[in-house]
Amino acid sequence: MAKSEKLLDVRGLKTYFDTDEGTVKAVDGVSFHIDKGETLAVVGESGSGKSVTSLSIMRLIPTPPGRIAGGEMLFNGQDLVKKTEREMRQIRGNDISMIFQEPMTSLNPVYTVGDQIAEAIVLHQGKSQKQAMKMAAEMLELVGIPEPAKRVRNYPHQMSGGMRQRVMIAMALSCGPQLLIADEPTTALDVTIQAQILELMKKLQNEIGMSILFITHDLGVVAEIADRVVVMYAGRAVEEGNVVPIFTKPKMPYTMGLLNSVPRVDKAAVHQERLEAIPGNVPNPLYLPEGCAFHPRCKFAVDQCKVAIPDLVDSGNGHMVRCIRWDEIQTKQAVVA
Amino acid sequence: MSDMARVDNRKTNSTKPLLEVKNLQKYFPIRGGVFSRIVGNVKAVEDVSFSVAPGEVVGLVGESGSGKTTAGRSILRLIEPTAGEVLFEGVDVTKLSKNQMREYRKEMQIIFQDPFASLNPRMTVGDIIGEALTIHRLAKGREKEAKVADLLERTGLSASHMRRYPHEFSGGQRQRIGIARALAVDPKFIVADEPVSALDVSIQAQVVNLLQDLKEEFGLTLLFIAHDLAVVEYISDKVIVMYLGRIMEIAPAKELYANPIHPYTEALLSAVPIPDPTLKRERILLQGDIPSPINPPSGCVFRTRCPIAVKECADVVPPLEEVSPGHFKACIRR
Repeated sequence: MAKSEKLLDVRGLKTYFDTDEGTVKAVDGVSFHIDKGETLAVVGESGSGKSVTSLSIMRLIPTPPGRIAGGEMLFNGQDLVKKTEREMRQIRGNDISMIFQEPMTSLNPVYTVGDQIAEAIVLHQGKSQKQAMKMAAEMLELVGIPEPAKRVRNYPHQMSGGMRQRVMIAMALSCGPQLLIADEPTTALDVTIQAQILELMKKLQNEIGMSILFITHDLGVVAEIADRVVVMYAGRAVEEGNVVPIFTKPKMPYTMGLLNSVPRVDKAAVHQERLEAIPGNVPNPLYLPEGCAFHPRCKFAVDQCKVAIPDLVDSGNGHMVRCIRWDEIQTKQAVVA
Repeated sequence: MSDMARVDNRKTNSTKPLLEVKNLQKYFPIRGGVFSRIVGNVKAVEDVSFSVAPGEVVGLVGESGSGKTTAGRSILRLIEPTAGEVLFEGVDVTKLSKNQMREYRKEMQIIFQDPFASLNPRMTVGDIIGEALTIHRLAKGREKEAKVADLLERTGLSASHMRRYPHEFSGGQRQRIGIARALAVDPKFIVADEPVSALDVSIQAQVVNLLQDLKEEFGLTLLFIAHDLAVVEYISDKVIVMYLGRIMEIAPAKELYANPIHPYTEALLSAVPIPDPTLKRERILLQGDIPSPINPPSGCVFRTRCPIAVKECADVVPPLEEVSPGHFKACIRR
């Protein structure tokens, strides 16, 4: 793939938090890239470091206690880590924008939604308030809100959760960003509303051609929206690849476990009697296990797994996996099948 | 023999349900004006009827605002129902006095959604689980301690956890404590209100499996409330689908997923994302949002978002009709 196609290239990102009890390595050496027009999903459970990764890209990590302890984040070839706060303010909203999980708390309750969308347009594009309000109404129409001219005068409390998330998307897209970071944008919504929002995001991506970094814990949503996937566990990427091989031929035992533990509505007809749970708990980030962080919960773990943190290796066709036994396990799985 | 016999047993017992809910209704009054007069009602639950056989797990699903949690809590009288009957072993618990009700509290327990908010942070795990044993004078001293230890072991924790405090546990472990607490008084019936919604997927599977094991072991009768259709499918014998305070469809679990009849059930099932990127599905995309329960649509409450609604749908509330044994639907179009 031509290098110029990479919109964002994150290399060895380390984001640490200094707490009274010690340093929490929330993100510890994560690398990935996003091509132009592509959707990359970062999937993981709580504490995996997926949200900290997205906040690091926006340089929104509260410092102290947090800090970016290492790595680079090349956006169009420019390292975001080295940008000053003033430069970042130009990039945020303009080139990279973000939507959050809670559409209720990310909107200001005392301003109308029109004012809030127009604010970004006035700030970044230097339009007049009147022009900006007109554009705000157009944005609301774009995200499928009926009667946009009337709705711009609404306050957030006058809208439902799904509507508010649409407003957030309208706001995020108002300056035509190249990258949209969506941090669990549908988690707080009902499934029928989630379906609407995912459909909308796909449609807008086709029309506008932006790249999306989609953070989620929901594998079903990943399957639906992503081109490529990064699976995170305990602050590190443990598997990365195109969406189809990740789901059909997962190589990291954690990804396999995660896929097996998800109940699926479409399996109802054959009705598997029990879910295959991953034993144990997500480790405390202050006291990560020695070696592979997943080994205490892994059914394939051997003594060797406790010795050193495995490298993320290419298992072929750019399918990256962080497991010293992936080859062996794959052969074993093939024999069983 | 056990499995087949139990299934048969359940069938013959179906004439005598453990719990029977009849025309349950719950309105929350909205007060306004200088004199705080009632100016309207949030119609959270409207005319809900169903039954639960002994040993049966009934899933109650719906989106936010469907009334599923209110229904669950009204059954336990954690909130007082506005109208309707709740027959537990033939006795209408809504008519009981506070004192009389206490006896029944022992038989009907609840597991809450939020494992962080539902455990008292200043009590040890042993005290949390043992409290009900003391209140109902079921055990004390050594005996109580032994019982608590046993419950902890059965829910996948260890007896040594007894002297610890809730903050020392992870979300999944706390939910196990919540389950142990509900089981402490040997209840006949448990309402599990979104017991796995707050948990990570890998932990969620552990808790679902635990509930399945306990169901076998204790012969639990459960009302499992959830918004996640897939989770419900794994644990339930029968599933009830609610929308805006009313029941849309009731069916045996497998039947509901294989052969949904109500257009809302269909849309709900098709909206659930499936972790398989190779799967191409026809999705029924519902338009708009769930209407306000203060002023629900006339006739069928789903008609404003229904892809197959006709003019007649606005006229009458469709009755719940049985289409095949145990499969009920409330729709005039299907």
